[in-house]
Amino acid sequence: MLGNLSLSVIPFDQPIIIGAVAFMILGGLAVVGGLTYFAKWKWLWTEYLTSVDHKKIGVMYIVIALVMLLRGFVDAVMMRTQLALSYGPDHGYLPAHHYDQVFSAHGVIMIFFVAMPFVIGLMNIVVPLQIGARDVAFPFLNSISLWLTTAAVVLVNLSLFIGEFAMTGWTAYPPLSELPYSPGVGVDYYIWALQIGGVGSLLTGVNFFVTIIKMRAPGMKLMNMPIFCWTALCANMLILGAFPILTVTLALLGLDRYVGMHFFTNDQGGEPMLYVNLFWAWGHPEVYILILPAFGVFSEVAATFSGKRLFGYVSMVWATLAITVLSFIVWLHHFFTMGAGADVNTFFGIATMIIAVPTGVKIFNWLFTMYRGRVRFATPMLWTIGFIVTFTIGGMSGVLMAMPGADFLLHNSLFLIAHFHNVIIGGVLFGAFAGFAYWFPKATGFTLDERIGKAAFWCWLIGFYVAFMPLYVLGFMGMTRRLDHYDNPAWRPWLAVAALGVAIVALGIFFQILQIVVSVRNRAKNRDATGDPWNGRSLEWATASPPPFYNFAEVPVVTGRDAFTTIKEQGGPARPAQFEDIHMPRNTAAGVFVGGFSLILGFALIWHIWWMAVAGALGVFATLLVRASNDDVDYYVPRAEVARIERSHS
Amino acid sequence: MSIDLPGQYSLTAPKPAAHGRHDHAEADAATVFGFWIYIMTDCILFATLFATFAVLRDNAAGGPTGKDVFELPYVLKETICLLISSVTYGFAMLALYRNAPKQVLAWLAATFLFGLAFVGMEVYEFHRLVMEGFGPDRSAFLSSFFTLVGTHGLHVACGLIWMAVMIYQVARLGLGGSATRRLSCLSLFWHFLDIVWICVFTIVYLIGSV
Repeated sequence: MLGNLSLSVIPFDQPIIIGAVAFMILGGLAVVGGLTYFAKWKWLWTEYLTSVDHKKIGVMYIVIALVMLLRGFVDAVMMRTQLALSYGPDHGYLPAHHYDQVFSAHGVIMIFFVAMPFVIGLMNIVVPLQIGARDVAFPFLNSISLWLTTAAVVLVNLSLFIGEFAMTGWTAYPPLSELPYSPGVGVDYYIWALQIGGVGSLLTGVNFFVTIIKMRAPGMKLMNMPIFCWTALCANMLILGAFPILTVTLALLGLDRYVGMHFFTNDQGGEPMLYVNLFWAWGHPEVYILILPAFGVFSEVAATFSGKRLFGYVSMVWATLAITVLSFIVWLHHFFTMGAGADVNTFFGIATMIIAVPTGVKIFNWLFTMYRGRVRFATPMLWTIGFIVTFTIGGMSGVLMAMPGADFLLHNSLFLIAHFHNVIIGGVLFGAFAGFAYWFPKATGFTLDERIGKAAFWCWLIGFYVAFMPLYVLGFMGMTRRLDHYDNPAWRPWLAVAALGVAIVALGIFFQILQIVVSVRNRAKNRDATGDPWNGRSLEWATASPPPFYNFAEVPVVTGRDAFTTIKEQGGPARPAQFEDIHMPRNTAAGVFVGGFSLILGFALIWHIWWMAVAGALGVFATLLVRASNDDVDYYVPRAEVARIERSHS
Repeated sequence: MSIDLPGQYSLTAPKPAAHGRHDHAEADAATVFGFWIYIMTDCILFATLFATFAVLRDNAAGGPTGKDVFELPYVLKETICLLISSVTYGFAMLALYRNAPKQVLAWLAATFLFGLAFVGMEVYEFHRLVMEGFGPDRSAFLSSFFTLVGTHGLHVACGLIWMAVMIYQVARLGLGGSATRRLSCLSLFWHFLDIVWICVFTIVYLIGSV
């Protein structure tokens, strides 16, 4: 009846897991309790969960990212403390197979459920506003994407206590991820969470590509768009090109596990190296999907907080496009040691070094933007400067490993771990935090506490260096990744320093949580009345904070770059003589239902509850069918209502 | 039955006719463009499956190779069914542009039948192979064959379900509203699957039989 599911799959005998679950349940109860006490259920449902408004959907993505950041960070704390303790006769506090799940979950959560939602959330909030549009091209599809991501997040969190997670690392290479060596449900959780989330991401790619190509305001030619929109466009093109590869890769692994096929098995002609190639053919574009929007944030922030226009707009665009194209021809650098031979390795090594060049162009452009500007060191700018220094170091360690000869020594060492955390934290995460601080007033209507924000930044910056610079040294000393125990005494002091670093980062995270709490409490005092708290240069700052649900009462007409700066130089936006009826999409619960049924489908497939899987699939289909037969999916806001809203803002 | 909840504003707000037509034409074009982009991602999905097939085609693990199991005359009949279904869909689109709902329905029905014949023949071929012990679990070659051809067949089957829904919609509600947009998207989908099948037929069956 319930496939392989039974009460015995819950690890009641593992106190760490039970403790974590109890903590999560308490947190969930606190949220539910708060919603009930303040009678906010209807508000939550009508204002957020059923919303198809890109601004609300973006906020929900970022909430997911921030919550999952906490879980991924706890994984990091667990690993650092384990390694600080597990030397010689001491084997630390984490059993080996638990440790394997921790580092696997850490990677999966941070890439798929922190970085992706954060970046997609920022693009959701900002891109339609920056191009002068009223929403994305397909608002309903946007809601579907969000709820598919949510279903995937729930699956990953269920894996904590219903069964287990994968023990294969976040890359899940076969043969380890095949049935003989991973007979449990862990890899199945991995497969279905990523498949469901992957569909959500792919639909986002379609949505934003069409939005940026087709829905720009009149006069906003592509070369007049803010750079954040260019990087969003390129990131979404990468999503379109790369995610289908992941879909196939996970499907083939799933077919091996579920139906006994032989794509990647050790026997009957299977080829595990094929998986590695397919995985990284997706995997490398994926990291550029993450970093390009972060680069876009830095372009916006550097210009705004230097008080001058971005230096080298055209070269910035070409650099972004070059990175986009090149990101598809470097994937083999993730496995130089797998045996492709010197000729093949050389091609990919050179391509990898070449891709550093357009990135360098961007760094110089940001520096030249700051040069001779009136730099204001607000929190977003601090994150930007922190990024420029940190990412450059990480990039250099990457170029070092781009040489196959060097990589043969450093592959899968802690040097590699230090490199990619250097670029992901210094690049993606700092960019996400910069964007969060920069656009928070726009999305919510009040500013964040600057002092606490700066404290958070410094803790993160110092904590990052203390946590990860020792890992470069350890890599040179021969320590490999994914170790839960070691016998080399020379490694001990470095691992101790790294553990201290993670404690400093923890302080930074504490300050970030404190910042949100304090800022919400002080929101009336810190209201952004003008809509333009930073003296911004692009169109999102031409709206109120938060913008009305239709964004612009009158679609702006654009004449060049930095459209809002031009408007301000001409004395401010002209009040429209005549408002018009505005066409808007209705809210819908269909996205929530699709997410819910997908969750049922995924869970059922993991536990081999076939009737439930069929029910879940039929549920998704039925929801879409009901939606398709519904004609009443949009409405017009009467011009009188538009006028009333506009008047209430001025 | 509607599961959509009311927005914040009046349900009775009038939709000015002029706005409606202009907005809808633009929105329809954007939808078809978006669907075209999705088709491109589906292209990459199939490209990945073709690459997998290329890598694994010689890994028969002592089992049968393509030459042993492919029956070209049978596959030719399958192919003709699918190609004819593309032609009939083309005629359905012409009838749509002529605003002739009954003919649209007739041509859609014809397309459905030929498409169903294709899927039926493919299921029969798969069933025969499995019964002979040459299922997808026999070798990497067979895994990649079944998956590549089967993924295409699954897409065609989904297209048939979509087509059935469209037949129902056109029969009940005529050609106004969303029918044109949806039939245009289905057209892209159906012809795309036809093109993919040409590649499958050539790379898998023809080259595999040499």
